[in-house]
Amino acid sequence: MKVLVPVKRVIDYNVKVRVKADNTGVDLANVKMSMNPFDEIAVEEAIRLKEAGKASEIIVVSVGVKQSQETLRTGLAMGADRAILIEAAETVDTDVEPLAVAKLLAKVVEEEQPGLVLLGKQAIDNDCNATGQMLAAVLGWPQATFASKLEITDDGAQVIREVDGGLQTIKIKTPAIVTVDLRLNEPRYASLPNIMKAKKKPMEMKTPADYGVDVSPRLEVVKVVEPASRQAGIKVGSVAELVDKLKNEAGVI
Amino acid sequence: MHFGLTDEQQMIVDTVREFVEREIYPHENTVESTGEVPAEIAAEIKRKTLELGFYAANFPEEIGGGGLNHLEFALLERELGRGSMALNHFFGRPQNILMACEGEQRERYLLPAVKGERMDALAMTEPDAGSDVRGMKCVAKREGGDWVVNGTKHFISGAEHADFIIVFIATGEDQTPKGPKKRITAFLVDRGTPGFEIAPGYQSVSHRGYQNMILRFEDCRLPDAQVLGEIDGGFAVMNEWLYATRITVATMSVGRARRVFDMALGYAAEREQFGQKIGKFQGVSFQLADMITEIDAADHLTLASAWRLDQALPANREIASAKLYASEMLARVTDAALQIYGGMGLMSDLPIERFWRDARVERIWDGTSEIQRHIISRELLRPLGA
Repeated sequence: MKVLVPVKRVIDYNVKVRVKADNTGVDLANVKMSMNPFDEIAVEEAIRLKEAGKASEIIVVSVGVKQSQETLRTGLAMGADRAILIEAAETVDTDVEPLAVAKLLAKVVEEEQPGLVLLGKQAIDNDCNATGQMLAAVLGWPQATFASKLEITDDGAQVIREVDGGLQTIKIKTPAIVTVDLRLNEPRYASLPNIMKAKKKPMEMKTPADYGVDVSPRLEVVKVVEPASRQAGIKVGSVAELVDKLKNEAGVI
Repeated sequence: MHFGLTDEQQMIVDTVREFVEREIYPHENTVESTGEVPAEIAAEIKRKTLELGFYAANFPEEIGGGGLNHLEFALLERELGRGSMALNHFFGRPQNILMACEGEQRERYLLPAVKGERMDALAMTEPDAGSDVRGMKCVAKREGGDWVVNGTKHFISGAEHADFIIVFIATGEDQTPKGPKKRITAFLVDRGTPGFEIAPGYQSVSHRGYQNMILRFEDCRLPDAQVLGEIDGGFAVMNEWLYATRITVATMSVGRARRVFDMALGYAAEREQFGQKIGKFQGVSFQLADMITEIDAADHLTLASAWRLDQALPANREIASAKLYASEMLARVTDAALQIYGGMGLMSDLPIERFWRDARVERIWDGTSEIQRHIISRELLRPLGA
C-alpha cells in the first residue's frame, strides 16, 4: 500500500509571530520556517506503517513556494521515499487556500493511487483545519479526522479519534483520508545517514497548470491584527470579596 | 564564493539544534546543581545519538562513522556548543587522533570507540607542564622490552567516563641549542591497567559536571602494542590530528555565544526601565550590535578554517586565529550579556552567570590564547627570518 503524506511549510512553532505594520499578514521575512508539526506526525506515522510492513512506499507532497523543497527534504530525511512539489505560489506571503490544495492533492491521488492519505489535522499558520476534509469530499473517500491511534486492518483501518469529551473509535474502508492529531506519536529526528541519503531521493517538480487546477484565491484577507493583550488581573483578600466582585462589579453571578 | 548551506548541512544544523534543545537543555539545571551527569541521562543521550547515526560523526563512513567533513562537523559542534559540555560529552565524538591506530589497535580501540562501546579521553597536561608540553615529567623507561611509566597528568576531561586514555608521555630527551627537550610518545592506556589510577580532580569554575581528572602512573607497565603512532613520534601524531580540538573550542564558543546573545536580545526587547524598553537605550543597543558582529566574525573565521582543511589548504594559522578570536569573543559576549541583564544576570536562577563562568576556560584549554598568538605570529614572522 502506498501512503501519500501532504506536508506544509509553515512558520516555525518556536518563532514569536509578529503582525506586519500594514496589517496585511504576519511577517515571514527572515523567519525560520519548518514542517507543520501535525504533518510531521503524519510522516512519522507513515514511516511506522512502512517499518511494520503495512506500507510499501511513502510519498511526501507539498503545495506552495519553491522553498517548500526544504520541507520535503526533511520528510525524505525522516524516511519518506520520494517527493512531489507543486509550486503554486511565488512569494512566501501567498497562502494557497485549502480548497485549491485539496483539488491539487486529489489529482495527485488519481495519479499515484495511494491506499491512504495521512496528513496533519490542520496547519499551525492559518489553523483552517479543512484540507483533509475537503480532499475526502473531492475524492468521495471515507475520512477519519483527529486520529490519535491508527490501526490498519484487513479491509481498512480502525481509527481512534479525539473528539470533544473523549475518544471515538471508528472503522473505515480504505482507500481513505486520515488527519492526525497531536497524541498519535512523537516524530523522530532525522538520522545522519538519512539526511545524507535525502538528496539522492527523487523530487518531482510540478505546477498547478500540470494538473489543470485553478488556485486563484476565493477569499480576501481584509485585515490581520494581533490578539488584544490580556489585562492584568487583581488579587482578592477573601472568598467573600471574590463573590462580591463577581456579583456587583463583573455582574456574572 | 558561496556562503550558503546545502540542504544536508541545513538539516544537520536543524537536527542537532533540536536535539540539544530537547535532549540536553532540560537536564542542564540538574547537572549544574549536582555537578554530575546522572548515569541514566548519560546513557539516554548516548543511545539516541547512536540510533540517529550522529555518534562519531567525525569519523569516516568506512569504519562506521558519520562521514562528515570538517566544515559539516564544525557546524554540528557549533549547535552542540549551545548545550552543557558535561551532557554533550555523550553525543560522542571520539578523538580523531584514534585514526592513527594500526593493526589490532583498530579492533581494540578505534572501532569500539566509533561504535560507542568504549569511550576515550586525551591526556597531555601535567601540574608542571601546561603550555610547555616538552617540559613534561611523566616518563616511560624501557625495561625488559616494555615501557614502565611514572608520573602524573591533570585536567583530564572525560577521563571519569573513559575506558581508555590516549596519554602523551616522555620517552627520551634531545639536547638542543635551547636546552634539553623531551621526546614524546603517545600511548593507549586501558582503565584498570596495573599501576594506573584515574582520580578525581579539582572543582572548576567552568563547565560544572564536565569533570577534570588526575591520572597517576606508578611503575605502570605498557607493551609496545600500546604505542599510538611511532615511538618518539608523539609530536607527529599530535600535529597530524590535534588541530581538531581547537576547531571544537572555536565553533562551540560560537554556538554558546549565539545562545547567550539570543537571550540578551530578547531581554533588551522586553525589560523596561525609565519608562521604555532598555533596548531603546544606545548603551544597550550598541552592545548588541557589537556582540552579533563579533559572533558572525568568529563564526565565519571558524567555518573558513574548517573549509580550508577540507580543501587540503594550509590551515594551522587560520585554526589558531579562529580558536583565539572565538574564545575571546565568547568572553566579551557573555560579559556584555550579563551587563544587559544587570544584577539578575549574576544570579544562578538564570543561566547567564553559568555561560559567563563557562566562557573563562575557553581561553585556556586546548592551547591558551597566548599559545595561539605564538602559533599565528611564528607563521607570519619565521619565513621573514624574525
